[in-house]
Amino acid sequence: MTNSKTLFDKVWDTHVVEQELGYPAVLYIDRHLVHEVTSPQAFSSLRARGLQVRRADMTFATMDHSTPTLPLNQIEFEPQAKAQLDLLEDNTRRFGITLFPMGTERNGIVHVIGPELGLIHPGMTVVCGDSHTATHGAFGALAFGIGTSEVSHVLATQCLLQYKPNTLEVRFEGTLGPGVTAKDLILGLISRIGVEGGTGHVIEYTGEAIRRLDMQGRMTVCNMSIEAGARAGMIAPDDATFEYLAGREHAPKGENWDRALEKWRKLPSDPQATYDKAITIDVSSLEPMITYGTHPGMGISISASIPDPGQLGDASERAALEKALAYMDLQPGAPIMGQKIDVVFVGSCTNSRLPDLRMAAALLEGRKVAEGVRMLVVPGSHHIRRQAEAEGLDRIFIQAGAEWRLPGCSMCIAMNGDQLEPGQYAVSTSNRNFEGRQGKGGRTFLASPLTAAAAAVMGCVSDPRPLMAGRELNDA
Amino acid sequence: MPEFTRLTSRMAYMPQENIDTDQIIPARYLKLTDREGFGKHLFADWRYLPDGSPNPAFLLNQLQPGQTNVLLAGDNFGCGSSREHAPWALYDWGFRAVISTSFADIFKNNALKNGLLPIPVEAGDYQKLVALITAEPHAEISIDLTEQTITLPDGSKIDFPIDHFSKHCLLEGIDSLDYLLSMSEPIENYEARHDETYAG
Repeated sequence: MTNSKTLFDKVWDTHVVEQELGYPAVLYIDRHLVHEVTSPQAFSSLRARGLQVRRADMTFATMDHSTPTLPLNQIEFEPQAKAQLDLLEDNTRRFGITLFPMGTERNGIVHVIGPELGLIHPGMTVVCGDSHTATHGAFGALAFGIGTSEVSHVLATQCLLQYKPNTLEVRFEGTLGPGVTAKDLILGLISRIGVEGGTGHVIEYTGEAIRRLDMQGRMTVCNMSIEAGARAGMIAPDDATFEYLAGREHAPKGENWDRALEKWRKLPSDPQATYDKAITIDVSSLEPMITYGTHPGMGISISASIPDPGQLGDASERAALEKALAYMDLQPGAPIMGQKIDVVFVGSCTNSRLPDLRMAAALLEGRKVAEGVRMLVVPGSHHIRRQAEAEGLDRIFIQAGAEWRLPGCSMCIAMNGDQLEPGQYAVSTSNRNFEGRQGKGGRTFLASPLTAAAAAVMGCVSDPRPLMAGRELNDA
Repeated sequence: MPEFTRLTSRMAYMPQENIDTDQIIPARYLKLTDREGFGKHLFADWRYLPDGSPNPAFLLNQLQPGQTNVLLAGDNFGCGSSREHAPWALYDWGFRAVISTSFADIFKNNALKNGLLPIPVEAGDYQKLVALITAEPHAEISIDLTEQTITLPDGSKIDFPIDHFSKHCLLEGIDSLDYLLSMSEPIENYEARHDETYAG
């Protein structure tokens, strides 16, 4: 037992540079991803102290949060956003860091392009000044979000000061039903364990339902670990991981690939390894999930009714639910299905990859977005945009009446021109339904790309399964 | 980093649980590239009416910044994004400590690096503080980081935990980057043995 290690233990143990008694561990970082919003003050700290970037070769920067998703000749580019992007360009040039600037071939959302370029390998430590860095755990990497001070630490020393977190195994048993996706899996988990169910822990997702997910689905699951309070979520690498990585720009090649593969195959948790906590969930009866409230733990099955605060015994839970329903202007006890919506957003680091777009397109093909509903489809990267266009997905979206946009964080974060108006309802494939997250006064229902597309067609919250009857998901 | 040793202050009480970083500082204010000046945007969507004027019903608009340096808030404070702008905004407004039954991991790390002390307390102690501020809205409490105690007006004390290293940095006003920079030799040794060609 004592020598048995979890996947997390193996990655952690091989990255501890120094561990002094009473101090946090000095943890080495293999990949540092940087974007425009959380890096300016970190570079300023370096400049102020006359420090250099220790490993510019392990640091990669992109522009995504404040970048508009319409061509610049169609919009007014906000001066503050432009200044922030210019500053990233200046900082990366000055410190010798590779940057994927807005509009260029390799540009896209940081958590989409990292894996896409083959930058993220099993067993790595990966950080970014962004809480959805957990996404990269899908490759068996230890990946987590950090603050701007920590960004400066990694820039200057390639290391972070960290206390070893606890581990939580989440085992998904059974088989997902038709129309039920990775997004429903993670929304189901968060509604069950709550938004702080994973605090202080690194989650390892295991079980047959995880094994059957493609890499993009695994990224969707790991991405929202932070919504359960866990800084990181990990999935042991397997053949699907290696197949995804093989041949990508920054993946090991030739002899290095063979050596890497040998090492990666040893990463999965040992059979006797134990976790600080563990839960098992049978996903066979899971339905498409949707949130109704103002945090991602407030989720229900699509066929369920909006919870009634009157039925909650705990006073603070009741107050929280009352406040959430007041903000959302929803009736307790009413079915969530049929709730009118104004906007549908398919995109974000959670659900903007090719299979996500294929799902939405499969449901939309030959149909129209309901009158009065605005639908935005925002691919996660220029690479995905090109692939989707090669498959003709863009034409399906446009013919349905949706807007086919340029890559970026878009309406997930509402700091780039894409946002809800006060009072509007959106079904969104993003990750957060906090008050005002998608625009001041906006109201968000989080759901899968299928459920989002169903809402677009019906004009209200709808079950995607009847609409998918007889339609195949092409995951070629 | 500004140091934190002890503090005597009134409390601001926000009972909501899961106050997320999008409420503490909405994303549209994250385009600023300095660390200063975020205080005026703290809790912006709750604090200002649609016309931009202060919402008189919101707590912070009823307080004098400078008189109230402690925020008492519901469980799981600071959940959501990694934005360090959240502790910057709280500090810039005038808060020096936040007391809650729990904090989101990233928020806690960020606060500790900015002279803002996150104080986790047991549910019973939290209720004691809630009862105090409910009975006496202007009651002052004293926080002593060296002793790791909160002293109430009646002299009773609440203990709170903090890790040794963060405490040391806060008491001395030390930037934890200095510790990492002192590790350059172990880091070089590590890099020499860490195979990066197939990283991990």
